[in-house]
Amino acid sequence: MEAGTAGTRRPDVALDLSANDSASANGPVKPDVLVTENLKFWYGSMMALSGISLNIPQHEVMAIIGPSGCGKSTYLRCLNRMNDLISSARVEGRVIFDGKNIYARNVDAVQMRRRIGMVFQKPNPFPKSIYDNIAYGPKVNGYRGSMDDLVEHSLRQAALWDEVKDDLKKSGLELSGGQQQRLCIARALAVEPDVILMDEPCSALDPIATTRIEDLIRELRENYTIVIVTHNMQQAARVSDRTAFFMLDEDGAGSLVEVDETQRLFTTPSDQRTEDYITGRFG
Amino acid sequence: MTQDAASRWRPRVRERNAIGRGFAALTIVSTLLGIAVLVALLVDVFGDGGSQVDGHFLTSYPSRFPEDAGLRSALLGTLWLLVLTTIIAFPLGVGAAIYLEEYAPDTWLTRFIQLNIANLAGVPSVVYGLLGLGLFVRWFALGRSLLAGAMTMALLILPLIIVASREAIRAVPDSQREASYALGATKWQTVFRTVLPAAGGGILTGTILALARAIGETAPLITIGALTYIAFDPTGPMDLFTVLPIQIFNWVSLPQEGFSELAAGGIVILLIVLLLANSIALFVRFRLQRRFD
Amino acid sequence: MVTKDLSRMLGARLTGRRPAAQDVNTTSGAPDAHSQFVPRRRRALIERGIHAVLFLCAAVSILTTAGIIFTLLGETLAFFRDVPIIDFLTGTRWTPLFVSQSFGVLPLVNGTLVVALVAVVVAVPIGLMSAIFLSEYAPARVRAAIKPILEVLAGIPTVVYGYFALLFVTPILRDIFPQTQVFNVLSAGIVMGFMILPMMASISEDALRVVPRSLREGAFALGATKFQVTVRVVVPAALSGILAAIILSVSRAIGETMIVAIAAGLQPKVGFDLLSSMETMTAYIVQVSLGDTPQDTIEYRTLFAVGTLLFLMTFVMNILSDWIVRRYREVYE
Ligand SMILES: Nc1ncnc2c1ncn2[C@@H]1O[C@H](COP(=O)(O)OP(=O)(O)OP(=O)(O)O)[C@@H](O)[C@H]1O
Ligand SMILES: [Mg+2]
Repeated sequence: MEAGTAGTRRPDVALDLSANDSASANGPVKPDVLVTENLKFWYGSMMALSGISLNIPQHEVMAIIGPSGCGKSTYLRCLNRMNDLISSARVEGRVIFDGKNIYARNVDAVQMRRRIGMVFQKPNPFPKSIYDNIAYGPKVNGYRGSMDDLVEHSLRQAALWDEVKDDLKKSGLELSGGQQQRLCIARALAVEPDVILMDEPCSALDPIATTRIEDLIRELRENYTIVIVTHNMQQAARVSDRTAFFMLDEDGAGSLVEVDETQRLFTTPSDQRTEDYITGRFG
Repeated sequence: MTQDAASRWRPRVRERNAIGRGFAALTIVSTLLGIAVLVALLVDVFGDGGSQVDGHFLTSYPSRFPEDAGLRSALLGTLWLLVLTTIIAFPLGVGAAIYLEEYAPDTWLTRFIQLNIANLAGVPSVVYGLLGLGLFVRWFALGRSLLAGAMTMALLILPLIIVASREAIRAVPDSQREASYALGATKWQTVFRTVLPAAGGGILTGTILALARAIGETAPLITIGALTYIAFDPTGPMDLFTVLPIQIFNWVSLPQEGFSELAAGGIVILLIVLLLANSIALFVRFRLQRRFD
Repeated sequence: MVTKDLSRMLGARLTGRRPAAQDVNTTSGAPDAHSQFVPRRRRALIERGIHAVLFLCAAVSILTTAGIIFTLLGETLAFFRDVPIIDFLTGTRWTPLFVSQSFGVLPLVNGTLVVALVAVVVAVPIGLMSAIFLSEYAPARVRAAIKPILEVLAGIPTVVYGYFALLFVTPILRDIFPQTQVFNVLSAGIVMGFMILPMMASISEDALRVVPRSLREGAFALGATKFQVTVRVVVPAALSGILAAIILSVSRAIGETMIVAIAAGLQPKVGFDLLSSMETMTAYIVQVSLGDTPQDTIEYRTLFAVGTLLFLMTFVMNILSDWIVRRYREVYE
């Protein structure tokens, strides 16, 4: 929907393209939407990320995999400054979105978060009606258009409309787990973000609900950039264009081992540690 | 299309942030307001009554003449009432707590008792006064004695003691009980020698805080007919009595010159007594916590 | 090591055996086999006795409730033999202590509700805002410093608040509104509001703090400001807990006695003039108790009739708030 104009809105992002070698090998070059440069992160005195540099191209699905505790969630939450809410947290380095470092002093986290949405591991619908769950984001962000249309559009995008259209007043908490998660996705879509961050969105769901969400992710890729953390390597292979593998370095801080097109990373990884991990030899 | 999309959003971030800051400021102001009232109250009371407090004030009986009047009988009455209330309420409260935590089967009766205790905690204190008046003063024919007052107060603070004691008992890990049973102890031996000592700090702290509440209560004692003018020392549980808050209430109600200062002086003493009680509770909690951690 | 020794000694004491330090191999077998143990039958008897005594302790609470109900009811029924219950509940003149006796309780109910209303108008917004500050905005250290201060505010005896209302707040009100009477509802209500403020704040804070962190994060992730997260997600999610706090506050305000007895005056009347004196149900009970009303007179019985009404009003509210709290717990667990 916004694909055609993205280039004009973010001209300077194109500069970072040179850094993304693997993209140029694969036909048409996509501009990067999110660029992290040497991102370091601490919980109090514990370093959780030791300098991550990663480019996330537009309208692709980027999967992040890696053993438990290696900082995948931490990294994801750095991308929309969710870690601001943790008082002991400290960040160094840059996350460039829309040509600006989101950690720069003059950038407002609130404004940025509308454009970088998030879906959480456990579905967290508000204890409100389905309609109000969707309408919350648009309302707080001063949406002027027709709310009914937006609610319907968002629910359709999230493939939930047919199941709930007759009872939008029902509490979001009364839906099944899979429906709740799709409601949360619809809620994130309703504020028309550019990027959607997903932290193990299927880990609380059964296989059927998981399949539905995966189908949905593949569809959403047309219009959105998606970063998804997953423990399930088949899932990463199924839904993502590109995969980043994280691991703890020798100091116990999370680091990026390698990033590549998903197919290439799973068939011919360039790093021995990646190979060990995906073949299940450790972790 | 983006142009179109952009026009549908009015994020007004600066305005929203300003509202947010205003709201945050409002929450701070509200919190400070409560504290400010506390400060104003203390300053007012100590300003009015601080100069009243001296040896004469503490050792004289009340009088028609403000310059002669003192707190002696009220202080002694409070002390007597405190001791009697403790003797009645402490064993009952701890016993009930032990029963509910260690013995009670999960029956409707147990649940009813628990619900009942929760509800008793919300009964207005003046209603306890009516209970004391009807039951202890008239029916038991105890008259307006210290004993009738203490029994009324004991019922009033019983829910507080039970709740605090139950919490303390619940905090004792089951491993302690199992260790005791493994040594062949009976249930009561386990409770008395293992659980109670471990829960002692919490029980004591809760009891002291409940007694502090009793020290400040006025209405139930007025209702059972405790007198406002007592010019002798109580010497036994069947004596007539007055207590600090009643004496204060009496002085506040007298319009003549000089009595409001006496009331303020009485409040100063009352607050000091309460401060003392709370310090002891804190001390007990601190000491016993360290011993059992 | 030390603990082992200790528990061995304890084991010996518990089984009623005379200490024999050498013997490590203690009890568990058959205690009766050794003469130095307390016989099993006596121990069982003691156990059963203790069980019974402890049950009686717990049963005192039921006896208390029964006592309250029977004392109140007995005298109240006697009262209604002389005064029709309809007259009591709908009459607008309350003059039991005058020669021309009239037993319409509405003036007392009116006074009670008006004072409670003022108190709630003070306590609910300030208490809720304080709760929001403590739960959402205050750093842990600030919170740890402020909570005890609020507890102090809650622990101050009500007679002290009465003094404060009459001799500090009322003079200020009289400076602002010269027509204010010495005994007035506004002063008593405001001070009562600050008395119940800590309870309102602490129950509301508990309700706010149970709201899961994930809800806050969900709202932040949509680009909401902290204010919008708090007011549009956290507070609504905690609404039933807050409602319960409000109901409890009203109940406390209705049952509060000394502040009104000291500062609100003793004039039973129907109306809404906050600057004038009104008598509440509780203040009436104090007023009669201070006089020397002989037993078995109708004046004496008014105490219990009014007390019954007071008890019922607070009882219903406490049950209601309890029910709301329990329903609301189910939502998150
Ligand atoms: N709020 C926090 N405060 C302190 N330390 C934290 C916090 N959250 C995470 N950590 C720590 O940071 C490290 C990285 O955690 P993170 O949640 O990012 O890992 P993860 O890769 O998402 O793991 P998983 O796959 O189990 O979700 C872990 O050691 C974790 O204990
Ligand atoms: Mg994680």
